[in-house]
Order: sequence, then structure tokens, then C-alpha cells
Amino acid sequence: MKHGFLFWCATLFLGGLILSACFADRIAPYDPNLENRTQALHPPTLLHFWDEKGRFHKRPFIYPTQGVFEANMTRSYDAIHKKKCFLRRGTRALLGVQSPARLYLLGTDSRGRDIFSRILYGARVSLSIGIFGAFVAVAFGFFVGALAGYFGGWLDHLLMRVAEFFIMIPALYLLLALRSALPPTLDSFQVYLLIVLILSAIGWGGVARVIRGMVLSLREREFVQAAQVLGRKTPEILMRHILPHTFGYLAVIVSISIPSYIFGESFLSVLGLGIQEPAISWGNLLMESLSYSVVRFHPWVLYPGLAIFLTALCFNIVGDHLKASQVSEDKTGEIPS
Amino acid sequence: MSRRNLFFHRFLMALPLLFLLPLLTFWLMHLVPGNYFDSLRMNPQISQATVAQYEKLYHLNEPVLVQYGYWLKQLCKLDFGYSFAYKQPVLDILLSRLANTVLLTGVSFAWAWILAVFLGLLAARYPRSFLNGLLEWIAYGALSVPNFFLCLLLLYLAAAWGGLPLGGMRSVAYESFSGGEKAVDILRHLVIPSFVLGIGIFAFLFRLMRAQAREIFEKDFILYLRIWHIPGPKILFKHVARNAINPLVTLLGMQLPALVSGAALVEIFTGWPGLGSVMLQAVRAQDLFLVLGNMVMVSCLLVVGNLLSDILLLIVDPRIRSGKGGPS
Repeated sequence: MKHGFLFWCATLFLGGLILSACFADRIAPYDPNLENRTQALHPPTLLHFWDEKGRFHKRPFIYPTQGVFEANMTRSYDAIHKKKCFLRRGTRALLGVQSPARLYLLGTDSRGRDIFSRILYGARVSLSIGIFGAFVAVAFGFFVGALAGYFGGWLDHLLMRVAEFFIMIPALYLLLALRSALPPTLDSFQVYLLIVLILSAIGWGGVARVIRGMVLSLREREFVQAAQVLGRKTPEILMRHILPHTFGYLAVIVSISIPSYIFGESFLSVLGLGIQEPAISWGNLLMESLSYSVVRFHPWVLYPGLAIFLTALCFNIVGDHLKASQVSEDKTGEIPS
Repeated sequence: MSRRNLFFHRFLMALPLLFLLPLLTFWLMHLVPGNYFDSLRMNPQISQATVAQYEKLYHLNEPVLVQYGYWLKQLCKLDFGYSFAYKQPVLDILLSRLANTVLLTGVSFAWAWILAVFLGLLAARYPRSFLNGLLEWIAYGALSVPNFFLCLLLLYLAAAWGGLPLGGMRSVAYESFSGGEKAVDILRHLVIPSFVLGIGIFAFLFRLMRAQAREIFEKDFILYLRIWHIPGPKILFKHVARNAINPLVTLLGMQLPALVSGAALVEIFTGWPGLGSVMLQAVRAQDLFLVLGNMVMVSCLLVVGNLLSDILLLIVDPRIRSGKGGPS
């Protein structure tokens, strides 16, 4: 019961995130690359419902701010309490305020760009790398594992030794070596594909091993033998009769391995080896937080990290729930171990 | 395949890494146009002839396999080559780094392992307790937070509150300390990196241990022990623990690559002078022999680690020792 509730919360969150990444143009208050240098490192704007006289307003509002230079070369922002700017549907976005005032839900970075908008746009890259990467790895892992398990013999041995070799490679070293081996002049889309390829090259081995084990026992089952006797072609048997029986496991693996792909991307990007500046990802948003002096006085530049954390948490919860339902299915005798 | 063949299975599996990983690296480094000497070539004070001479000296113009051959020949004499960037033999640079990495991984692994086994047993014994719920959320959180972000966060907290050093391995005044102070200094520097590295391992092992121990609790022999009035703690920490710990040891070998990469990541972000941080610098500078030497060190680490985990499994599980088969 408790787990079911959590599972639905996580699914809702992820669904909402994916949708808002897709429709980021319509939801984000500002263009993610719009620089407002006069409002660099602006703290998150608070939404108010009650004004200073204690009156309640149905529509939330914000107080516009004014930058004040201080003696130690920093800038602070003071709220102007006389004016109220009500939240309204903007010209381009769902959220917004009248122009001179600015709505910075999660603050701005050192070049005055709205972090909330950037997180939404960054979700496109980061989430899709995670999802896409996990699917590539799982598809390839299934392919190799199914071949090894179904045919057995020397093919099995060969494929499994290769898979074990890939499992044994420390991922990060390979990532560093591979990424820096390729020219730094690649454009963002090529880097994107490259990251997906590198990460899934590391991830497929584990999937292949488990799938091989499952296929090894599945091929002795009556329905597979029946299909063989009826003269079905091997690819058809693998895809129509064996694949559906491994779906449960594959779903679990996809959902618990997506976080590691997101981590991989953000790790590379934060070091400047992944997605580069004009393009936006959660990783390169965090480059801002590499400097103590910025983080020390402007902790809101850490929000992209929170986005990564929440997303990963939700994928883990979903994965765990799927696994738990898998186990209970096992016990009812659906899938013999 | 009989169980006997599995004795040093992982160790044997890891051995080819020693040769294949450097070969892979050689090939990768060759995909990049240019080499370390390109930056020297830009320098008007160095003549082209000198650069060409250097390239000839290090066989940089030969095909990959020939270079690999030369390098292997050198390696047989335990000569790891010469680092262009550090202007030092590679082995000198790497040995101290290797020790640092082993220290970091060892400490992190030790605390994570001990806590995971202990708390995993307790959580399995008291599944409805507050402790179990708390630990479950800690494990979830630890699995979901990117390691480098946790590093940044903790370093930020350390910067804000003081108390712990911000990265690195030694204080500036390290040389003037006495022996005891030196140890304390290194330990203080170790707190953040080993916490970040260990918490992920802890989360994974804790969940595994709890699941295993729960399964063991339902076995008949536990009921039998209860009937014989064996005291609870003894059942928990002797009988359940001995039976539940096997998969943890088996998975130790599988976990090693992740552990080594995790260590590299933490080293890079906390400035711990280990193999990982030197790898990043070397790869950026195209310092060929240093990268290769690093890869060899890492594969050695993996091979030795796997050997250790195989031996540990023999010690922990008498069923495997007698060759009569272990748990499936």
C-alpha cells in the first residue's frame, strides 16, 4: 500500500518532468539563453499570496527587485514593497510577470540566466540521454544474451567472455579515455550520440549475462519447443516467444539503470568533456557550482543537482516497485526461476 | 561446469584485462590527431629536429601494434616509460598515487562493508522498526545522488561551517607534524572522500544483506536454533550472518570496477592525489605513457582485488572449500 503510493508519486513526477521538458518552450518563463547581466546571481523570487498589509490575493504575486551594489564588490537585491506584480499567462509561456519585473523561481546564474528555465531545457538532453542510453544498452544486451543463451556452445562461451570483459572495465577510466580520445571540435549532437554510445557500451554486459541465464532455462520450456517443432524461424521464436518472458526484468533494468546514465552525462559535462555551453544539460548547469565562492553565497546554483537527485530517486522507486511486483509474480508461478 | 573450476574464476576472468586494456588505450589514444609533442612543436625555441628526434625515441610514428610491442617489451623490464608532462619516470609518479587510491578505497570499503553487514542484519531482524525505515530512505538517497554532486555539497558545507579540510590529502604544514599528527591530518582529509565513496557501496550492500538475511530467517534451521534456546544475538550474528554473507563476497569481485571508477570520480572532485585524478590530467595532456601506466595499475588493482575476493569466498564459505558446491 505504502509502496504503491510512492510508486504513483514517482511516476507522476517523472511524467510531469518529461512533459514539461517536451513543452519547455511553453512552460519556461524565459529563453534559457537570455542573459540579463544586470541581474546576475539573483536569488530565487518568492511567490506571495498575502501582501504586506496581510490581505489575501487569489493570484500569487511577487515584489520586483532592485540590484544594490555593496562595498565588497557584491550585489544584493532588495525587494520594492510598493509594487506588486501578479503572476499571469505570459506572451510565450504559461508562467510569467509583467516585463520590467522578473520571475526567477530558482534564481539566476552568474550570467543572469533563469535557472528554472534552464533546468527545464536541460531536462531534454539529460533525460533523453538516460532513457535512450538505457534502451540501447538493454536492447544490445538482450540481443547478445539471447543469442548466447539460445544457441549455447562456443558462441555462448565467446559472447560471455566478451561481456565479462566489458563488465570488468572500470567505466570511468574508459569514459575518460574514450571521450578525450575523440576530437573536442565535435558539435553538441555528436557529443550527445557519443555519450549514449560510450555509456551503453559499458552497460550492456550485465544485461547480457542475466538474459543469457533466463533464455537458457526458457529454451527448455514446452512453448519454445512447440514453436521449434512447428518450424518457426529462430528470430521469430526469440522475438515473439522469448522476449515477452524477459520483459519484466528488462523493465526493471531500464528503470534502475537510467540514473547511472544521467550521472554519467552530468559527470562528463561538469568536467567540460560532455555537452558544451550553448547546449544545455543538467551537467553543464552544475559547472557553475564548481567554484566555492559562488556556491558559498549563492547556493541556488546547486538546484540542477537537486533535479538530478529527484529524478534518479523517482526512477529508483519505480524500478524497485517493478521488481517487487516481479517477485510476487514469481511466487504465483508465472515465471519459474 | 563444476564448482572446482570456479575457484579462481573471477581472477582468471580479470587477467586478460592486464593486456587488453592497455591495447584498447593505445588504440584510443591513436584516434586523436597529434601527440604530446605537438605543443612543443609550437614553441619557437625548440627546433623541429629535436621534436622529430623525440618522436623517434618514443616510437610515436610507428603503427599502433608496433608501439604496443615496444611498450610491452619495456614493461617486461618493469619500465613503465617516461611521463612527458611530469618529466619523471611513470612508475615513480604512479606508485605513491596507487598507495593513495588503495588507502581511500580500502577505508571506504571497510566502513561501508562493516556497517552494511551489521545494520543489514539488524534491519532484517526488526523489519518494522524505525531504524529499518530510516536506513531504507538513506539507502534510496545514497543510490540516487550523483557522487560528484555529493562531493560538491559536502565541500560546500565544510567551507561554510569549517572543521574539515577542503580537498587534498595533506595540510600545508604537513611536513612539520609529528608522526601521530600526520596520521590524524590524513584521516581528517579522508573523511569527505571516503564518506562519499563509501555511502554508495553501503547502500547497495545494505539492501543486499537485508534481503539475504530475511531469506535466511525464514529457513527451518533458524526455527530449530530458536527451539534450542540459542540466544537471539548469537543466532543473528553467527548463524544468520554466516549464511547471508556469501553473495556479498561473491559480488565483491563484480563491484570492484564500479568501486575503482567511483574512487576516480571522488578523487577528481576532492583533489585526492590518486590514480583517478592523475588519469584526468594525463588524458588531457595526451601524456601517452602515463595514461598507459595508469591503465596497467588499474587493471592490476582489479586483478588483485578479484584474487582477494576469490580467496575470501573460500574462507567464508566452507561449502566451496570442500568442493561440494555452494549456494546456487
